[in-house]
Amino acid sequence: MRSERYIPYLLILPSVVFLLFLFAWPLLEALLLSVRDSGGQWTLENFRRMAADLYFPDALKYTLLLTLVIVPLQVVMALGMALLLGGISRGRDLFLYVWTIPLGISDLAAGIVWLSIFTERGYLNSFLQGIGLIQQPQLWLSYETPWMIFVAVVAAEVWRATAIVFVILVAGLQLIPKEYSEAAEVFGATPWQRFWKVTLPLLMPSLQVALILRTILALEVFAVVVALGGRNLPVLAGEAYYWYNAYQNPGVAAAYAVIILGISVVATLLYLRLMRSKQEGAA
Amino acid sequence: MKKHKWLWLGLGTLLLLAGVLAQQTAPLLFVSTQFTPIEEAQRMRQVILKDFQGRVEFIPEDNAPFTNRILSEVRAGRVNVGLAGGLHGDFPPLVAAGALDTVDDVMAQLKDRRFSQTFVNLGKMGTANQLYIPWMQATYIMVANRQALQYLPAGASVNTLTYTQLKEWAANIQRATGRRMLGFPAGPRGLMHRFTQGYLYPSYTKSAVTKFRSDEAQSMWLEFKSLWQHVNPQSTSYDFMQEPLLAGEVWIAWDHIARLRDALNQRPNDFVAFPAPIGPYGRGFMPVLAGLAIPKGSPNRAAAVAAIEYLTRPEVQITTLVQNGFFPVIQVRLPDNLPQGIRMGADAIARQSQSNVALPSLLPVGLGARGGEYNKVFQDTFARIVLRNEDVRRVLDSEAANLRRIMNETGAPCWSPDPASSGACPVN
Repeated sequence: MRSERYIPYLLILPSVVFLLFLFAWPLLEALLLSVRDSGGQWTLENFRRMAADLYFPDALKYTLLLTLVIVPLQVVMALGMALLLGGISRGRDLFLYVWTIPLGISDLAAGIVWLSIFTERGYLNSFLQGIGLIQQPQLWLSYETPWMIFVAVVAAEVWRATAIVFVILVAGLQLIPKEYSEAAEVFGATPWQRFWKVTLPLLMPSLQVALILRTILALEVFAVVVALGGRNLPVLAGEAYYWYNAYQNPGVAAAYAVIILGISVVATLLYLRLMRSKQEGAA
Repeated sequence: MKKHKWLWLGLGTLLLLAGVLAQQTAPLLFVSTQFTPIEEAQRMRQVILKDFQGRVEFIPEDNAPFTNRILSEVRAGRVNVGLAGGLHGDFPPLVAAGALDTVDDVMAQLKDRRFSQTFVNLGKMGTANQLYIPWMQATYIMVANRQALQYLPAGASVNTLTYTQLKEWAANIQRATGRRMLGFPAGPRGLMHRFTQGYLYPSYTKSAVTKFRSDEAQSMWLEFKSLWQHVNPQSTSYDFMQEPLLAGEVWIAWDHIARLRDALNQRPNDFVAFPAPIGPYGRGFMPVLAGLAIPKGSPNRAAAVAAIEYLTRPEVQITTLVQNGFFPVIQVRLPDNLPQGIRMGADAIARQSQSNVALPSLLPVGLGARGGEYNKVFQDTFARIVLRNEDVRRVLDSEAANLRRIMNETGAPCWSPDPASSGACPVN
């Protein structure tokens, strides 16, 4: 009998070992890499060079801006889509599958798809020229118009990654028993009130998961930006890549990785804290 | 019992056979920083190496993994890489770590190949021994759409173009068409930094390092900035200029010959190839030399030597040119049936290197892993002055500090066209 108490631990052991070996260890190595010089001495030189770099302020700004714009947009859209899906009875599966198609597309491929739309000889210009709005191809994705690259990246990211939020929220909605909503209806709550007072509070755990997941992924945004803007729209993950690959300086690359990690941890803690207090307030 | 004996005997024989077979068929692992684009790698495997007697596995890698792999294999004493192919500038970190075998014996074996003596000397990497065998060469040239030729400034010829005339030319085109049709590969994987290091700086200062922040450099950047008004702003996302040339987005472009070859090969009648422009000190240009080296403890040295012998044969050198756009390093008569596009490239290269204003400069030598940060100095200087409109003097002074740090950290002495230095190359 006593030995059975150990079985659960034994069963999770492989995954713990796996995580320690492939996540915790590299994480620790990256941390050490960022605070040591090539001779193994403790130093903040890597962070100093990162902060002094030409692209750092822009990379930080654009990464945060992209996250701030993309994540709320995706959550609102996914929530709307998930609620709409709840109201459909016939062909529900069809909508579900079509809306989740972008999940299967790699981010670089998504970036290239949108590049073919926005490039000088792309679909957008052909379309605008076709309907006579412009005479000559417009340059959308040039360093002279960074806001346009920003818009293109937002469009591509929303198109590509709203589905993951959507899937989480659909699952969350299905977990909410119909009785609550029906009871509220009996007491005369309007659909709007039912959404705000019943559905949304009960959906909070799923929203939390979706927000944390999407925010962390948004902070790591890279391939879509590279495809659409190259270096014209610097982001933190991209800078880490350039420092590692092009400049061959793993120390500064690790410093960038640590910055991304730090922002991700802060954002996650913030979500956990803010959304818990809200839940308790509602209860 | 008897049955068992036969079973064991049979198994043993099988194992032995398998061992012998594995030994024989273990392919020569050929790792290279060249031919990383998938099409080039495929042509290397399927066409260039086709007639090689013996099995070879060709694996292209970027510079950083290439260096790390060979260094760590040699350090660990378990070398899998049999043959290493790279640019001249890829080898110094390997030489410094003593990871390369000397190949004097191979050179002696190949003495009837008629290698260019300059290249053979470069292959010694400043030591008494041959450390790599010259493999192939390339350089950067200019290509223009024939439609652009009518806008050449009066009296100008593409073969003797100056930087001032290039600017006028691009300005004329913009006036006539309303579009900015000059292009540079200033994208994230583009080679714009080679333009500033090997073309612009030498042409205007006869230097790349020592006179980095000189007054000549300052006026050079001001001139280049005014030329940039006529440059297609999508240049900051161009990696290979053949694509915008073929798409008609630009009419005049500078790039590595291998990154222009599709344009020249696909529509040779629409384009002209010509040497880089001339500046006050002459025509700065950068020849690119690739070599073949054998790591110390190579598991299959005989196969590696055979592969070097194969790749430096005249007919294989020409196949390499036709397939992947790198030019022979041996004296060889180009056959008359060469595709027109390749002939155009070859002519432009010959004009560029053989004129009396030629001012060749080497790819950075002796910077090792700092080569990336050296490039960054030039990339950032360009971005700050030209794209971000910062004050030229201030940018040059602050980037000169970065350049000085890299030179002092590596202790690299000056390379051509900077005058030789004892100790680290100074940034004046």
